[in-house]
Amino acid sequence: MRYSLMLCAGLAASPAMAGIEEALTDHILPGFAGFSTAADALAVTAEADCSPDALRAPWNAAFDAWTEIGDIRMGPSETGALSVSFWPDARGFTPKTLRRLISSEEEVGTDPAAFADVSIAARGLFALEQMLYDADFDDYAPGSYACTLVQTATADLASQAQALEAGWRDGYAAVLRSAGAEGNSAFLSEQEAMTALYTQVLSSLEFTADSRLGRPLGTFDRPRPTRAEAWRSGRSLRNVLLYAEAAEELAMALSDGEMPQTEAAMQRLRDAAYKVSDPSLQDIEDPSARLRVEIVQQNVRALSGYIEQELGVPLGLTAGFNSQDGD
Amino acid sequence: MTTRRAFLASLLAASATPAVGWAAVGDPTYLAAAKLPDGSYMLAGLREDGSTAFSVPLPARGHAASAHPTRAEAVGFARRPGTYALVIDCRDGEVLHRLTPPADRQFNGHGTFSPDGKMLYTVEQRVEDSEGFIGIWDTEANYSRIGEFASHGVGPHDLRVMPDHETLVIANGGIQTDKWDRAKLNTDTMRPNLVYTTLDGTLLELRDLPEFHQNSIRHLALRPDGLVGFAMQWEGEEGYAPPLLALHRMGEELVICEAPLGDELAMDGYAGSVAFSGDGSEIAITSPRGGRIHRFSDSGEFLGAISRSDVCGLAPHAGGYMASDGLGGVLLIGSEGARPLALAEASWDNHLVPIAAARA
Repeated sequence: MRYSLMLCAGLAASPAMAGIEEALTDHILPGFAGFSTAADALAVTAEADCSPDALRAPWNAAFDAWTEIGDIRMGPSETGALSVSFWPDARGFTPKTLRRLISSEEEVGTDPAAFADVSIAARGLFALEQMLYDADFDDYAPGSYACTLVQTATADLASQAQALEAGWRDGYAAVLRSAGAEGNSAFLSEQEAMTALYTQVLSSLEFTADSRLGRPLGTFDRPRPTRAEAWRSGRSLRNVLLYAEAAEELAMALSDGEMPQTEAAMQRLRDAAYKVSDPSLQDIEDPSARLRVEIVQQNVRALSGYIEQELGVPLGLTAGFNSQDGD
Repeated sequence: MTTRRAFLASLLAASATPAVGWAAVGDPTYLAAAKLPDGSYMLAGLREDGSTAFSVPLPARGHAASAHPTRAEAVGFARRPGTYALVIDCRDGEVLHRLTPPADRQFNGHGTFSPDGKMLYTVEQRVEDSEGFIGIWDTEANYSRIGEFASHGVGPHDLRVMPDHETLVIANGGIQTDKWDRAKLNTDTMRPNLVYTTLDGTLLELRDLPEFHQNSIRHLALRPDGLVGFAMQWEGEEGYAPPLLALHRMGEELVICEAPLGDELAMDGYAGSVAFSGDGSEIAITSPRGGRIHRFSDSGEFLGAISRSDVCGLAPHAGGYMASDGLGGVLLIGSEGARPLALAEASWDNHLVPIAAARA
């Protein structure tokens, strides 16, 4: 026989690979705890004052905290992340749903518990961004339906954050730690769990290059600045950097060695981002502004390449077989 | 005196491999192709308990294999561009026949045997403009090509013989590809369709997707009562999160199977395989990109998702479904979730193909 088949009952469980434990304790679990704290602070502030002026700072702090773990798409975050961070909104669901809720003053918008049932497009950080920064929404008065809606959405965000934190801490962390053990149908070996975490790192950087930067860049003849992520709040470039730093940090936690090339690539990415003229990427119709954003994009891809070399290659990790090659 | 004709006949008889049935190769239920750690490829037969009935080397990565209903023969189609297909003896991997499409054609995905095993139907596209054709090959005459007809669409990818044994159902993916580099040329204007024809190509019914015309219809599943499920792959804007599965019964309207928005987003616009469950009461699709399986009832309601990295192969199983993945896992998917049956040191390729239509 040219390959060996192992029945899973015969697989011996050994202690989790060092990287898995470190990824959990150094990066993922503190990341979700931090987001939960920040989302809670936003909700508490909103309870006292729903105005955009009062909420922009705690909303930004919550978004900053989210970027630590926001690109992870496994376990509780596989779909749970999408109702926190609904972007890109290809079909314009977010403004459409918010407008509908507000114009008919739907009761669901006043009840944080029921709010979990509204479209994910009207929940989370991006729905709040429209309420706090978009001229079509941000002129609501204290005591109005929209004001209550903002309070509801922040309370819902805080409970989502809490559920994610608990889901990781009390549930999914154990699934990763017991990779390869009998009865673990998510990870049939430790290598699979390592691969899954490593894939999170590469997918995050790919999404940043292709979507966070690629969507607004569009084509040279047709740039699409309003397709930038979080352009209303001027966070587009900041998100690129924060998500890349989080990916780098997760990679470092997974690695059992130094990653000097990766660190140097991260620094070059910071330098390139520093040169970008508009943090919301709204000036990319200007060719030289566009070029500076393209250089950031190249640096994100370069960072990903060094992580592959310094983490993936030594550990024998490769991205998925079927997911890479369609049929 | 030996006549020339008798001599030729005896020569043919001597060279023809005596056909053996699937029992001779360990009675597998499914065919699956895989990549091995050394970079080579194999074709394996798997049983319902996840064990391996046989494995033989494949000369290259196959696109998809088709299983002869009775003889232990499989047809593997070359990947893009599909310039050949190989009929493989599942006892030893010997290449029994090499099928070559006409010069201006390419195989474009799958093939399927007639239920009696006499004919092989292949999906093909014209190199010049990706117009679709169905090739007909006579398995009892050394797989000689005996005819062809239009698929009534562009870029066909999958086809099946309906349970009436008189009708073909064809998934025309709608994608026109460049003759040189296979780049997709028409994703803005593509119009995939689902087509039913007679076995000689007369068009019986055509269904397209006006609302989601950028949803390439790629793969088919059939239930014995004629219910067709088809899985799609989105070629439109990222994040659009369209439904990726639909059900159809001839003469009726399409039933679109849609999961909640967050679940659709997590599928990443891509369904790799589709299968009815063993008892036919439900249907599921896999997304290797999203690492998940979506289950739906046979009337289109979303039943839930199961997570598994790089999962793609999917086929009916007495306990629900059998799934295979790029990490080497073979899993039983029941209503309570996934249960691993086996783990191979190999990456299972896109599809898990049921052997013998009667069992599917």
